[in-house]
Amino acid sequence: MAWYLIRRILQMIPVFFGAIFIVYFLMFATSGDPTAALCGDRGCTDATKAALEAQYNLDQPFIVQFLLYLKGVFTLDLGKNFSGRPILSVIADTFPNTVKLAIIAVIFEAIFGVLLGLIAGLRKGTWYDSGLLFFSLILISIPVFVLGFVSQFVFGIKLGWTSPTVGSGAPLTDLLLPGMVLGGISLAYVLRLTRNSVAETRDADHVRTATAKGLSRRRVINVHVLRNSMIPVVTFLGADLGALMGGAIVTERIFNINGIGNQLYRAINLGDGAMVVSLVTLIVIVFVLANLLVDLLYAVLDPRIRYA
Amino acid sequence: MPEPQKTVTEHFVAPVLEDQGRAGIENQLDAKPSNLWRDAWKSLRKNPIFIISALLMLFVLFVVAFPGVFTSASPNSNCMLSNANGSPTDGHPLGFTNQGCDIYARVVHGARASVLVGFGATLGVLVLGVIVGGLAGFFGGWVDAIISRVMDIFFAIPLILGAIVLMSVPVMRQNAGIVTLAIVLTVFGWPQMARITRSAVLEVRHAEFITAARSLGMGKLSILFKHVLPNAAGPIIVIATISLGIFIVAEATLSFLGIGLPPSMLSWGHDISAAQPQLRTNPEALLWPSLMLSVTVLSFMMLGDALRDALDPKGRTQ
Amino acid sequence: MSTSTRVETPETAGATERTPLLELRNVGITFKTTTGDVEAVKDTTITVMPGETVAIVGESGSGKSTSALAAMGLLPSNGRVSEGQIFFDGEDITHPSRKRLEALRGREIGMVPQDPMSNLNPVWKIGFQVRETLKANGLPSTDADVAQALKDAGLSDAEQRMNQYPHEFSGGMRQRALIAIGLACDPKLLIADEPTSALDVTVQKQILNHLDRLTDEKGTSVLLITHDLGLAAERADRVVVMQKGRVVESGPAQALLQNPQHPYTQELVRAVPSLTPEDIGAEDEGAAADEIVSIKDLVKEYKIRGSWGRSTQFRAVDQVSFGIRKGHTTAIVGESGSGKSTVAKMLLGLEDITSGTIEVNGRDISTQSGKEWFDFRRRVQPIFQNPYGSLDPMRSVFRTIEEPLRVHKVGDVASRRQKVHDLLDRVALPRQLGDRYPSELSGGQRQRVAIARALALDPEIVVCDEAVSALDVLVQDQVLKLLGQLQEDLGLTYLFITHDLAVVREIAHDVCVMESGRLVEVGSVEDVFENPQQDYTKHLLDAIPGKDLLETA
Repeated sequence: MAWYLIRRILQMIPVFFGAIFIVYFLMFATSGDPTAALCGDRGCTDATKAALEAQYNLDQPFIVQFLLYLKGVFTLDLGKNFSGRPILSVIADTFPNTVKLAIIAVIFEAIFGVLLGLIAGLRKGTWYDSGLLFFSLILISIPVFVLGFVSQFVFGIKLGWTSPTVGSGAPLTDLLLPGMVLGGISLAYVLRLTRNSVAETRDADHVRTATAKGLSRRRVINVHVLRNSMIPVVTFLGADLGALMGGAIVTERIFNINGIGNQLYRAINLGDGAMVVSLVTLIVIVFVLANLLVDLLYAVLDPRIRYA
Repeated sequence: MPEPQKTVTEHFVAPVLEDQGRAGIENQLDAKPSNLWRDAWKSLRKNPIFIISALLMLFVLFVVAFPGVFTSASPNSNCMLSNANGSPTDGHPLGFTNQGCDIYARVVHGARASVLVGFGATLGVLVLGVIVGGLAGFFGGWVDAIISRVMDIFFAIPLILGAIVLMSVPVMRQNAGIVTLAIVLTVFGWPQMARITRSAVLEVRHAEFITAARSLGMGKLSILFKHVLPNAAGPIIVIATISLGIFIVAEATLSFLGIGLPPSMLSWGHDISAAQPQLRTNPEALLWPSLMLSVTVLSFMMLGDALRDALDPKGRTQ
Repeated sequence: MSTSTRVETPETAGATERTPLLELRNVGITFKTTTGDVEAVKDTTITVMPGETVAIVGESGSGKSTSALAAMGLLPSNGRVSEGQIFFDGEDITHPSRKRLEALRGREIGMVPQDPMSNLNPVWKIGFQVRETLKANGLPSTDADVAQALKDAGLSDAEQRMNQYPHEFSGGMRQRALIAIGLACDPKLLIADEPTSALDVTVQKQILNHLDRLTDEKGTSVLLITHDLGLAAERADRVVVMQKGRVVESGPAQALLQNPQHPYTQELVRAVPSLTPEDIGAEDEGAAADEIVSIKDLVKEYKIRGSWGRSTQFRAVDQVSFGIRKGHTTAIVGESGSGKSTVAKMLLGLEDITSGTIEVNGRDISTQSGKEWFDFRRRVQPIFQNPYGSLDPMRSVFRTIEEPLRVHKVGDVASRRQKVHDLLDRVALPRQLGDRYPSELSGGQRQRVAIARALALDPEIVVCDEAVSALDVLVQDQVLKLLGQLQEDLGLTYLFITHDLAVVREIAHDVCVMESGRLVEVGSVEDVFENPQQDYTKHLLDAIPGKDLLETA
């Protein structure tokens, strides 16, 4: 068990540095003059330029810049963004909103995805199953921003059930609809995954043996079918947390939520490299941690893993 | 209800039926030869999901190839601000955008960019993902270790996020277009295909027919291409079909965010973005391109699902 | 087995007028498939009296498991009893309510399933899985009860073992756990579906003996499902033979075996190698033929990665030396993990040799250059075990057999075509089969194709790695005869890897017995079978099912 976890942590280290490096490289090494975006069309004085270069360590070779940036990450010194605010404080303001949004999305997709998937899987081959599978296909096919606008239009504007945009402070009630939109596509994937997993486990030999022991149908499903089917679903949910952070860019823009997705969008349009890299680093950290959590859960759910 | 029987027949011998004599060597053949592809085609032909999605897909491809057949109105040049947000009129069945352009014409012409980007990226992902994943799965050892770590790194960057960052690189931004976008989506989309190929290859790698091929003295690469990859083709085709849908969505999302195709190019993503401010007053301008986009994606997703049933027995939904 | 110790009711008092414990009367079972309804079992009558052991024998697809599972309501969701009736202890249970079924299962009818690897839930501890059986049937389920159930099934250290997970158990231990579950609630009837066919023969014997003893003590009736006629005759009071969903013959085990009436049964009895040994291999003229292969001090070590990154050496093959006579069949026999397949793989050049030498025609194969290896492969060809895995499913039969010729650039298109047709003739397959794909062929046909492929390059040595183990007994018999014929016609040398001593006796001239990497005994088949020197060999011979019957028959 310990060895398994240590191995997973060791495997995550190159993922962490590699992903940050790719983004850092794209933002800083390819753009020629990174100060150009900040200075705008009119250009800066040489003095301002020099100051900027010092701030971003642009006078150093690229790899040194990167290492200095990593040092900043670990000492929580991320520098300032173009408007002069410390990046860390921007994150502190906006990240909680994104986290709330993502948690609503995960809870929504987990509960409804597993429930509907269980129904479809246990009734494989019936109309319930076909209907739910078709529903999931439709859900997968609708892009997040389309789903966002349509639900904003229907529930926010036409029916008036919820406010079409999220107010300041991002109250949970306002975040409910955006969270469901964000989790919508993943819900379809969870549904399909659960359905396939349940359908496969349902026909497994050990489930037949459990039935032959005289267990009630309810116990066979809860203790043997569902428990075993959850292993791949949990893996998906963990990996999905990172993807949800990425999807938040779109959702947060539609519902005007002050989260890191919106900040990231703004920073990219401004060419604010330091801000972009910091936000992507944050998303990568979330991804890596979520995956480690999944590995831990995996080991709990599947005893075979602990000795692998 | 008949009573249970009370005695046991001591020694029962069934009358000999015609098909029960000496077994002999069974050499009877069914009427028609078949193989995976023929079987797949046979089951697909009867699958309504396949028929519907294939017809839809052909329709979309036809629109992409010959938009002029569906509308004579030009999507750009005939825009008149006097028509802005206008209701449907004769020859303009879906009304007008806030710029006074014909929504119907824009929806028809918008198909091309999205679908081309989708095909381009899928082709790129197929080439890159199948080669990389095939090598990782087949050779194993350190080749696999390195490729798998690189795949993990790319998995940590969500597709849209990676594409946004790469598209914001000046070189890419200045050359934004269908090819550039396809390349960008390939760069962050290949790991999924590589992973599927790798696991499909791993599954057949230890099959006895591979060992038999090795015993013949066949080279490793020759085994990979002649025996391993053909057997991994089912899941790869399925994922490629689904990827088409995913990349079309990705293109629309990037264009929607204003970082995909240049504004001069027609794209559903642009139109949806442009219609956003008028959502309350002119929802049609947003709904029609959204609907076409969703239906296009749905046709590929449904096709992928039908193909999975026929080609990828492990992922079968029936 | 023994008579019932269960309650004496008027029905069970008289020997002839007893109520059968289980009766399938003219049962038909139908499966709904995409191509329409398939009647898998037709007009089948099977009766099990209290305390009796009845075996259903048949090949795969004969409907033997399906019939038994129907009695427990365990048919797959697309199957149903479409005809006839099923009685349990006088009660009609053809279409019982779910409640009644749940009450029947475990308490009245227990089951020991076929594959110990897939029949325990991998995520729950063994103890948990036994405990829930007791609980569900309203029996006391303290730790002591659970441990007792496991102990009864012959599991030592039950108190510790019950806290382990299935993957920490060996196949034999898992099967004991499954027996514990099947018998935990003292059912009146135990359905044992191929309970030991996934296990090594020696373990198989232990477990069957134990099961016999337990059911004897408790007076449990047993419905034993098996493909092995020898095993059935040895263990059961009565035997039911099924073929293609019908009962062809049933009767007392001894009578049925010694005097089979139905042509199918007669053929089956003839084909079982352990019951009627016949010499299939080429005549052994006794003269000392040249050794075509000579193996000296062969060693194979694997590195095993342990926890915390430590790696240890594992000797899969340990100082093995023997020779293979030209034109003869040498068998390597052993249980799983004995290293027998590793020896074959080293001869085929599929595994590196750690130390020692393999000489073929006097040439040490490990010193061969790449070009020499390529030529060597023409002379040494394999046939593998799994008829479903040994052919590329994406290639037609013709292309499969032609491939060796292409790879070695033999002949032109026309001559290759001729050669493939000759090969198909040789393995008794029609030429039209060339257009077909493996998925359309039966197991026996596939194995013939594999043989044709191995023979395409006119090899001198053919390595058969469990080449007939996965085949039904009649097909196995045919393939063995074919191999014998080919040896006679072409003067082939076989290295025959198998776990099945009965097959060795039929086909081999010389035999090597291996146990955990070491060679235990080498000799001619007659010597080893008639006069085994080592305890392990005696042990193996003893464990052949049906062996005693043969000697008394």
